[in-house]
Amino acid sequence: MNSKILELAVGVFLLAGILALGYLALSVGNMGVTASGETYRVTARFDNIGGLAVKAPVTVAGVRVGRVSEITVDRELYSAVVSMDIDASYDNLPTDTSASILTSGLLGAQYVGLQPGGEIEYLADGDRIELTQSAVVLENLIGQLLFSKTSE
Amino acid sequence: MNALQRLGRLGIEATLALGAAGIFFLRVVEQLWIVVRRPALLVQQLFSVGVLTVIIIVLAGLFVGMVLGLQGYNTLVDFGAESSLGLVVALFLTRELGPVLTALLFTGRAGSALTAEIGLMKTTEQLAALEMMAVNPMQRVIAPRFAAGAIAVPLLAAMFSVVGIFGGYLIGVELLGVDAGVFWSSMREGMDFKEDIVNGVIKSVVFGLCVTWIALFQGYTCVPNAAGISRATTRTVVTGSLSILGIDYVLTALMFGA
Repeated sequence: MNSKILELAVGVFLLAGILALGYLALSVGNMGVTASGETYRVTARFDNIGGLAVKAPVTVAGVRVGRVSEITVDRELYSAVVSMDIDASYDNLPTDTSASILTSGLLGAQYVGLQPGGEIEYLADGDRIELTQSAVVLENLIGQLLFSKTSE
Repeated sequence: MNALQRLGRLGIEATLALGAAGIFFLRVVEQLWIVVRRPALLVQQLFSVGVLTVIIIVLAGLFVGMVLGLQGYNTLVDFGAESSLGLVVALFLTRELGPVLTALLFTGRAGSALTAEIGLMKTTEQLAALEMMAVNPMQRVIAPRFAAGAIAVPLLAAMFSVVGIFGGYLIGVELLGVDAGVFWSSMREGMDFKEDIVNGVIKSVVFGLCVTWIALFQGYTCVPNAAGISRATTRTVVTGSLSILGIDYVLTALMFGA
């Protein structure tokens, strides 16, 4: 076999493989969003987080501004403490911002929606969001409905 | 008593074979520097194990992606979740099907060829002849093939995944009418670089090393006659495929089984 053609074919093969890897990394796997790492962390206390999971999106007005980074249980209050990493470019959230756990669609994944308030001071790294609204748990809702129907 | 003795012999033989394979692996790794000093040897092998495997990988990837698109759509549409079709297709391909199917196809297409080639070289005493000329066959014959296999499989797996995602896109978006923007954005939102892409690449690297190692070892230690070569080739495909699937389970459990 002509060694020039052979080398050319191998070169094309290697290039195609590396391009495929690069495509997967950059285009499909949104390396940009997760890796460009300037974030600050705020926490919020919820009575019930429903099905919220780590890495769930944190949104303002439906636009994703960060991710849930950690979920723990407070040892004294038995409430859930959700830590969120918010992109540093969104550093102008007022301190009276409220956080609620919402569901995308009727049965979709759960996420944290932030509702900015009117304070002049902004949230900084390590702050806690005081105003929170827990997840709507479908079973509780149905239970309440049944209860109110039977008490009529 | 006899059965027990046979079991014991089987155990000893299996241990011996495993040890021999381990020593073989170390001897190959020891000679790998030849690839840097004489890259032409590597290029030659990359052509025969890599370039010639591209067509089967691309075709298989396209069809697997198309099937995933069709099946995924039919299942997801029942839950009104066809908007996550892109994510389903991409996750399946990068995490599992890409690395595993590529390695299986590679075993059948290139692994068997490697075993037969080395086996025939041994049978016709070409390996012995090399040694007579003070050329180490480990260095001249085995090491470049080993490196080529280990390099080719991850690249082929990446191609498989990309072509498969494209196949899923063809069926999902062009044929079944999922919105193109939703298809791509669900993929982008749901995939994680480290969790999905890097783990998939790690898998395919491990599979590549493993399959090439098995193929070369089987060829190198085959019984030097026609029946021996055919048995070694069969063993390469069987052992190679089974170890891919077994290792895949272990790797998946380590990576994703929190």
